[in-house]
Amino acid sequence: MTTPEIDLAAADALLGDDTARFRHDYLEVRGLRVEFGGFVAVRDVDLTVTQGDLRFLIGPNGAGKTTLIDAVTGLVRAAAGSARFGGAELLGRATHRVARTGVGRTFQTASVFEELTVLQNLDIAAGARRGPATMLRRRRATPEAVEQAMETVGLAALRDVPAGVLAHGQKQWLEIGMLLVQDAHLLLLDEPVAGMTQAEREETGELLRRVGSQRVVVVVEHDMEFLRSYADSVTVMHQGRVLAEGTVAEVQRDPAVVEVYLGAPTGAAEPGTATMTEGRA
Amino acid sequence: MSQSTSTLTARLAVLVRPGRSRALAGFGLAAVLLLAVAPVLLSPFRLGLLGKFLCLAMVAVGIGLAWGRGGLLTLGQGVYFGLGAYLMAMHLKLADAGPGGVPDFMMLYGTGEVPGWWEPLRSPVVALALVVLVPAALAAVLGWAVFTRRVRGAYFAILSQALAAAFAILLIGQQQTTGGTNGLNGFRSFFGYDLADPVNQRMLYLVAAGVLLVMVVVARQLMTSRFGEVLVAVRDQEDRVRFLGYDPAAVKTAVYVVAAVMAAVGGALFVPIVGIISPADVGVVPSIGFLVGVAIGGRATLLGPVLGSIAVSWAQTTMSEQFPSGWIYLQGALFIVVVAFLPGGLASLVTTWRRRRPAREDEPGTPATPDAAAAPDAADLLPEGSRA
Ligand SMILES: Nc1ncnc2c1ncn2[C@@H]1O[C@H](COP(=O)(O)OP(=O)(O)OP(=O)(O)O)[C@@H](O)[C@H]1O
Ligand SMILES: [Mg+2]
Repeated sequence: MTTPEIDLAAADALLGDDTARFRHDYLEVRGLRVEFGGFVAVRDVDLTVTQGDLRFLIGPNGAGKTTLIDAVTGLVRAAAGSARFGGAELLGRATHRVARTGVGRTFQTASVFEELTVLQNLDIAAGARRGPATMLRRRRATPEAVEQAMETVGLAALRDVPAGVLAHGQKQWLEIGMLLVQDAHLLLLDEPVAGMTQAEREETGELLRRVGSQRVVVVVEHDMEFLRSYADSVTVMHQGRVLAEGTVAEVQRDPAVVEVYLGAPTGAAEPGTATMTEGRA
Repeated sequence: MSQSTSTLTARLAVLVRPGRSRALAGFGLAAVLLLAVAPVLLSPFRLGLLGKFLCLAMVAVGIGLAWGRGGLLTLGQGVYFGLGAYLMAMHLKLADAGPGGVPDFMMLYGTGEVPGWWEPLRSPVVALALVVLVPAALAAVLGWAVFTRRVRGAYFAILSQALAAAFAILLIGQQQTTGGTNGLNGFRSFFGYDLADPVNQRMLYLVAAGVLLVMVVVARQLMTSRFGEVLVAVRDQEDRVRFLGYDPAAVKTAVYVVAAVMAAVGGALFVPIVGIISPADVGVVPSIGFLVGVAIGGRATLLGPVLGSIAVSWAQTTMSEQFPSGWIYLQGALFIVVVAFLPGGLASLVTTWRRRRPAREDEPGTPATPDAAAAPDAADLLPEGSRA
């Protein structure tokens, strides 16, 4: 079995290059607040992410990054604020309705359907709009988009393997593939490269860059090296608030960010891999 | 890419075909046994018993879908079985009484008048339609209400069981219109056919066998369809499915309705074959009894529920002839043992045995046949939250 590899050409075929259609896509979060029984996990968060701007969302453990994604996708209820995408208000909608407006997400722990095959996982992801007649029949041919997604994430040879037996990195790729066939135009990825090898990280980074040029993408990551290589812009969260926002260089120079990451305002230090990856591996 | 696609498709076909032909062969064998061999070999009495078992197995097919594939631990299928059975029994009573007549038990216990809500059941067509529609509607309303509120796991199980208990109590309380504890019995004819005639009894048996076979085909179609894949996905990762744009409540309600209809049809055929339906056939204990056969046979497989259910029914009949009160304990013990030590049921032994055989060298990993989307472990008896 050859090691699977990301296929960027297939990704391009899947994503399409019709930039005009999606040029105006953007995510706009305003005044978002999430509480868990008195504890404020996210407060007054404003966030604007446009297509073509691969945005990284970073911050120490417990900063509220996952909660932000949860609120936007309807998993937890926002106490206040708004989150708009493609002209539609997302907050207050049921999760599956948020998904149908073109919002897709992955989870911090890879969550694929372990007993179903790679093909079945992707086919399900592609099928939320299928009518009853299609649903009640078995799948005869593989849909074009599913085929392309399998090529993209390098799992075409493993199509009939139950997702549960895939390697960790492959599962995460499968999840990204599911987002692509789901035809999500806003992709929220929660630590997509955690636990991946260096080579896998690089391939994932290239893929995300490609996806980011055609879709609105927000990546939550702790890996600073990965961030430096692939982020177009960065939003730093701390204790539920947005602490800083800008390019990687700008954020690295920000004294407040340095303080949060290193515990003391010590001049030239940059948000180092030391603190951020500690306790994660 | 088109070339690699076609070779992959060819390989896929090779992987799938053995499963299909095996299923077809198994189905053919079962059909011959049920439709040709059993009627010749068995005495009318034994054939009637088998017919009864087949009706109970119809409930099991539905439970296999809802529980095995959909993760809905429904402890209350007696309700739907009972609805189908009582609707059919009411029609038979009215038909026996003749046009405008009053069923015998109503003369005894009731006002001597047929209640208004019985009247539509005089028509055979309406009766047959209601046998399907009433349980389907109840399951749809109940399922939607429960599943959109995200009641699941053990909470759903308890709720469904409470429903069965309430249903039995309701029936007992309405002696004038439902026959109370005695239930409805003493049917003389079935859509114009004399039920005392052995030829008609055999015909009824054949109808039951045919209907069961059709249900198995329907179940297989559902399992191998895209719906079946989504169903397994909902069972294993409900939230993930939601983020893909599906509404799990709709998926669960659909399978719950299918299971309800299967149970109801089983109940409707049970009535003319067995000759009586009473609250004792529809309450909590029989509802759990339906589950036992499914668990033992293998809930996530196609034939496990049917075979398990027939085996348990047969064991129950044989055992209770000798130890009338011992059976219920044995049934409980069997259930616990299977759930604790063999969550996939006896069918999982077959699967394990198949896997142990040397795999063909060109297969990438474990091939996934439809019946390999095996059962989850005993953990799904626990509330959702207690799982990792
Ligand atoms: N369901 C919940 N109930 C109560 N508190 C919660 C809940 N979910 C998250 N929190 C709290 O909200 C805060 C933010 O958590 P969140 O998971 O969003 O952090 P994060 O930035 O994603 O951290 P990490 O980098 O560790 O993933 C934490 O203090 C966490 O304990
Ligand atoms: Mg998180």
